Amino acid sequence: MALKLAFLLIGGCGGCDMSVVDLSEKLVDALEHLEIVFWAPTVADVKYKDLEAMPDQSVDLGLIAGMVRNKENEHLVKVMRQKCKIIVAFGACASLGGIPGMANMHKKEELFENAYIKSPSTDNPDNVIPQPVSKEGEFELTLPEFLDSVKPVDAIIDVDYYVGGCPPHHDHVARIVEAVVTGNLPPKGSWLTNGKAVCDVCPRNPALKGETREYVSEVKRMHEGMPDEEKCLLNQGYLCLGPITQGDCGASCPKVNIRCAGCGGPIPPTWDFGLRAIGAIGAILADESVVDNLLNKYPVLAKILYRYALPKALIRK
Amino acid sequence: MHIFKKIFGKKEVEGVKKIEIEPMTRLEGHGKIAIFLDDKGNVADAFYQIVEFRGYETFLRGMPIEEVPRTVSTICGVCRAIHHTASTKASDGVYGVEPTETAKKIRELFLNAHQVEDHCAILYALGLPDFVVGIEADPAERNLVGLVKKVGVDVGKTVLKKRFAAVKVLEMLGGKPIHPVAGLPGGWSKRVTEDERKEIESLAKEMVELGELTLQVFEDVILKNEKMLELVTADYYRVVVNYLGTVDDAGKVNYYDGWQVGIDTKGNEVFRFKGKDYLNHIAERVVPWSYVKMPYFKQLGWKGFVDGEGTSLYSVGPLARCNVGEMNTPKAKEAQDKMFDVLKERPIHYIMAYHWARAVELLNAAERVLELSQDPEITSPDVRAELGEVTGEGVGIVEAPRGTLIHHYKTDENGIVTDVNLIVATTHNHAPINIAIKKAAQHFIKEGKDINEKLLNYIEIAYRPYDICQACASHALPGRYPIEVTIYDSEGEIVKVLRNF
Repeated sequence: MALKLAFLLIGGCGGCDMSVVDLSEKLVDALEHLEIVFWAPTVADVKYKDLEAMPDQSVDLGLIAGMVRNKENEHLVKVMRQKCKIIVAFGACASLGGIPGMANMHKKEELFENAYIKSPSTDNPDNVIPQPVSKEGEFELTLPEFLDSVKPVDAIIDVDYYVGGCPPHHDHVARIVEAVVTGNLPPKGSWLTNGKAVCDVCPRNPALKGETREYVSEVKRMHEGMPDEEKCLLNQGYLCLGPITQGDCGASCPKVNIRCAGCGGPIPPTWDFGLRAIGAIGAILADESVVDNLLNKYPVLAKILYRYALPKALIRK
Repeated sequence: MHIFKKIFGKKEVEGVKKIEIEPMTRLEGHGKIAIFLDDKGNVADAFYQIVEFRGYETFLRGMPIEEVPRTVSTICGVCRAIHHTASTKASDGVYGVEPTETAKKIRELFLNAHQVEDHCAILYALGLPDFVVGIEADPAERNLVGLVKKVGVDVGKTVLKKRFAAVKVLEMLGGKPIHPVAGLPGGWSKRVTEDERKEIESLAKEMVELGELTLQVFEDVILKNEKMLELVTADYYRVVVNYLGTVDDAGKVNYYDGWQVGIDTKGNEVFRFKGKDYLNHIAERVVPWSYVKMPYFKQLGWKGFVDGEGTSLYSVGPLARCNVGEMNTPKAKEAQDKMFDVLKERPIHYIMAYHWARAVELLNAAERVLELSQDPEITSPDVRAELGEVTGEGVGIVEAPRGTLIHHYKTDENGIVTDVNLIVATTHNHAPINIAIKKAAQHFIKEGKDINEKLLNYIEIAYRPYDICQACASHALPGRYPIEVTIYDSEGEIVKVLRNF
């Protein structure tokens, strides 16, 4: 019998949905084993109220992509938990809060002021800011209020499995589909992962070539110099986060000469990616002067280390 | 008594229970349309509101500019190559560098492959079903599945396969198939090997076939059907505005680079600009009832939500580009000429023609990928130019599938971002979409009669040509576009609430 599957996108960009669409013909094959009962709002024409009307626990597997950004997201996530036997936080936003989670470093007023008053193309003589209730001539209009912070899905409901990636690579999605269909799932609370770091799957890994990792004596930003196409990026001073990031992508970024930025999520059992990152980086800097060098190069280091994971961090909790 | 006072009054008096059943407290993260009727029951006004906001302008601050392209890409996962390319171009400006010729070609190839992928997805999943399955058909049938039923499973599978050819190119060049990482100031992080070039060339041939097939489907289901042609040229789906698009020095449409040209409702050029000069020609009005601003031609001044000659509103996207410039490849040019012959006007103001223009551009982008894959320079190892001094400012403008996209950054002397301004395609189209929806509602609602689910179809079909990317405009929900329509009578009482989700 086909497994019943529900896919919900909340406050995300749709990239995770597209990574499933990118299964392309494999998706057609998978549909022999999966019955999509809900895929909103991007793909199927099923309505939220249809999901609400389904019997509790009637859906075998629920994938949630995107982060919790507003009250409706919260509500729908709770409905998914009620209806689905298994919930997967699918992708970096759902698991960790994702890139939009960096907004948690700023006040709501700052976000609005920059967008609606200070931006150079804005024509706003009366300093208008979008309002929950406003008047246009004789007509009164309403808008939902913008909430203060971004949350990962497990801040609202219990999550059974996590998938990293911004978005997950379609090959990894194919592996997940296979694991689900064959019932080959790890203990609850786990990441669905190949269990390897980016370095483990990276052709540049010094260990694979009998070379050693070296201390970093000069930190380089990605635009500085031309990285050697075969050598370890970290050994060349580029702040590659491959050692601490799950490598379900197959090292996509290092393969095109770009450092890993950590979208795959932290290697278990760590949950706080940035904390793990600063520990790992601290350990490979050659001496204290390189610490200054690092902070000079990256004055707001939190936006580099917590790019995909700030809402899941232990800080501010 | 105004309905809102009533609602908010009730909330205070009766508490949480009322809030729960009041739809607007539950419905966030999608489009809202408010339609107001006059005392005769005809449409007095309509408002299309975008209800979500994420704040990229602010949280990108503090990042090194070369880290921005891979980060800002997440504005939208559907527009997978677009924000990356625009911000990479802006980073060139910040480092005062002109990319190498090969890097420019790789970027253009990359962007065109995305154009193929995106136009294909939008046409087959969202645009064509309206025509093929029918304007008043059940929404459950008006989708890709309904389309495949009509055109045949084989065509469906072929389309999927050929669309994926474009995805392969995106991954090969961008590193990641979605949210690419390879754009760097002054160039591109990887070169194209001869093996890769050969593969891209063969994939490009599939894409060209996809473009030809798509125009054939368009011809068969729309142009050979008088009823459909009537729909395309219906008055209630006609929005007369100015247009903005990007062309090269010879006036040919180019998605990657060129002049941004604004034309008026008659087709006369009003201005052309490059880079930071956009600030002299475009301004964005803030309204309190939508999280997305309303751009207009600055010289003409803000005149409100009016179309017709003299309006300052403008549209972007496939139809705008076809109106502004000529397709730069032979087969697409032929298809573009045919569109003008059939519709007998230029600029074309029939919004249904957006879908037609989209099909023309699909073929154009595919042909361009093929041309670039055969360019001997594409495999040169010279993909990174030496960077200059940090200038502290950069503007990157490209043509996204949905229209002109502007990324503008300021940085400190080390290239750390201090200011961000983004004007995305759906934002340019916000005000024209508002007008299109009002016209469709006016056509459908007569003296307060027959306000039913079919109204939703007419309204959906009015905004769909613009291919609203709410993820880009407001950073919420892309693709299938959930929308709620509320109709108020002249007393402000709710007559009806309709939703497509």
